[in-house]
Amino acid sequence: MADKLNCKTVHELSEGLAQKRWSSVEIVQDCLDAVRSGDDRIHAFLKIDAEDVLREAALADERRAAGRARSAYDGIPVGIKDNIAVRGATVSCASKLLENVVSPYDAAAVVNLRARGFIPFGRLNMDEFAMGSSCENSAFGRTMNPRDVSRVPGGSSGGSAAAVAADFVPAALGSDTGGSIRQPAAFCGVVGLKPTYGRVSRFGLVAFASSLDQIGPLAKDVVDAGIIFDAVSGRDPNDSTCLPLDPSDTASAAGEGARTRSLNGLVFGMPKEYFSGPLSPGVEKVMEQAVSQIKAMGGKIVDVSLPHTKYAVAVYYIIATAEASANLARFDAVRYGRRVDGADLVDTYFKSRGAGFGQEVIRRILLGTYVLSSGYYDAYYLRAQKVRTLIRRDFAEAYKQCDLLLTPVTPAPAFKFGEKSDPLQMYLSDIFTIALNLSGQCGISVPAGTDEATGMPVGVQFLAPELEEDRLLRAAAAFEAVRG
Amino acid sequence: MAKADIDVKYVAELARIELPEERFAAIEKDLLNIVDYIAELSEVDVTGVEPTAHAAALSNVWREDASRDSGLREAMLANAPALVNGFLVKVSKVLPGEESN
Repeated sequence: MADKLNCKTVHELSEGLAQKRWSSVEIVQDCLDAVRSGDDRIHAFLKIDAEDVLREAALADERRAAGRARSAYDGIPVGIKDNIAVRGATVSCASKLLENVVSPYDAAAVVNLRARGFIPFGRLNMDEFAMGSSCENSAFGRTMNPRDVSRVPGGSSGGSAAAVAADFVPAALGSDTGGSIRQPAAFCGVVGLKPTYGRVSRFGLVAFASSLDQIGPLAKDVVDAGIIFDAVSGRDPNDSTCLPLDPSDTASAAGEGARTRSLNGLVFGMPKEYFSGPLSPGVEKVMEQAVSQIKAMGGKIVDVSLPHTKYAVAVYYIIATAEASANLARFDAVRYGRRVDGADLVDTYFKSRGAGFGQEVIRRILLGTYVLSSGYYDAYYLRAQKVRTLIRRDFAEAYKQCDLLLTPVTPAPAFKFGEKSDPLQMYLSDIFTIALNLSGQCGISVPAGTDEATGMPVGVQFLAPELEEDRLLRAAAAFEAVRG
Repeated sequence: MAKADIDVKYVAELARIELPEERFAAIEKDLLNIVDYIAELSEVDVTGVEPTAHAAALSNVWREDASRDSGLREAMLANAPALVNGFLVKVSKVLPGEESN
């Protein structure tokens, strides 16, 4: 398998395309073959239009031959999570309600990918409407972790992480509302980046919690994560929350980090609250190794405090569900979606939504509706927004003492299917990832070792202040290069 | 904060989701469990703290108030569960007593 093109990184594929060692059609064909032979076991993809991606690849090869390549990456496939719109493809969010909905347009992130010649490749499985941490909430069957199919791939971007880990695609897009890129990346042993809120347009991303959602890459290494992030980032008149900035150039910073392999002069803060609760022995050990490695590379480790950490899960599940209850109100099966006819229009809403939404989505809509309902708004939603301010202040204070934060991604490696049947236990497993969405800054999950007890991959998380993706990726790439 | 109680039937009505009554008890138990947990926010002193509605420090992003043709009419209508005359989305009756359609 090592020689197969589907196993290569985006930057390796790009070099080979430039040197005419292979064509885009060959790359896409190897990816299709890998999916055909391996995805029965993993179920990362909901759909792939093989004819369409091969046609796109042939067009990319023609452009390159004519000297009109759209970028160095023209003709490289990127998997797309099923909540990101691609024109002419279904955008079901892994929900029965939207099973047959075909997107009339491309998401801004997909427009940006295409402008550089990347080929949107298939629809990747996820927890329904991105609500979940295990991919068990997909209406179309769960995705398995390629490292151990009895374990979850994480979620909600579980299909994206599994597809990259299983070498079905060189990279994929996911979305991260409370850790949905970083946690599955850690569980599957790949890199996952949550960019600063507003750096990637959310136009064409089906909204879950609008003040938290952000699109980002899952990739085989940090340089690739930078390449894909650079491709999708930048201003967009169709998303008023998208920052008016030029596309980033973090791939250069990551490349520099990978070359210099140095963390000289960088100060890493370790939030003491992240180490006060239970950590599995495997995660603890990988954290210790990461700390020694960072010191050996010239980095300095300091203790910092994020005093409101213990409230982050509560704040998150109020704000995220409140926003979700409003965002998902649009799914009424009138203009699109699977309709169940009732006695009158309102009854049709009730029946369609009751039949179309899965159990976890209903649970969250109800929780969000409850916390916003008359008499509870001040106690829950408004108070959560205030504590969110305190959480943001915690981070601002911490960054006065350090350049980056170093934390675990999850308290334990990938768990087994059905192991977390209690919703609250599932929510609490997001403890290390959700504060970043509340604060809006950027963070990356990088593979850092293996849990001896289970043989599963363990990641570490680096966090940086807003718009400091250069600093983040330079450090993460250096760390990755030395870890090997 | 007083001990919460959740009327699942009422909340589901607000959310416009039809649920079989036999599921109410299980849903109520799940929600109460979560609400008990999030109630810990009541111990935080938030005096004088401004709420954060959004992570990005943007305000008043304007665009020209002008109509434009998306060119997507047909593709949009193709997703409709039912159409009348090819361009009107067909729905059930809206008002009680009204003739259907």
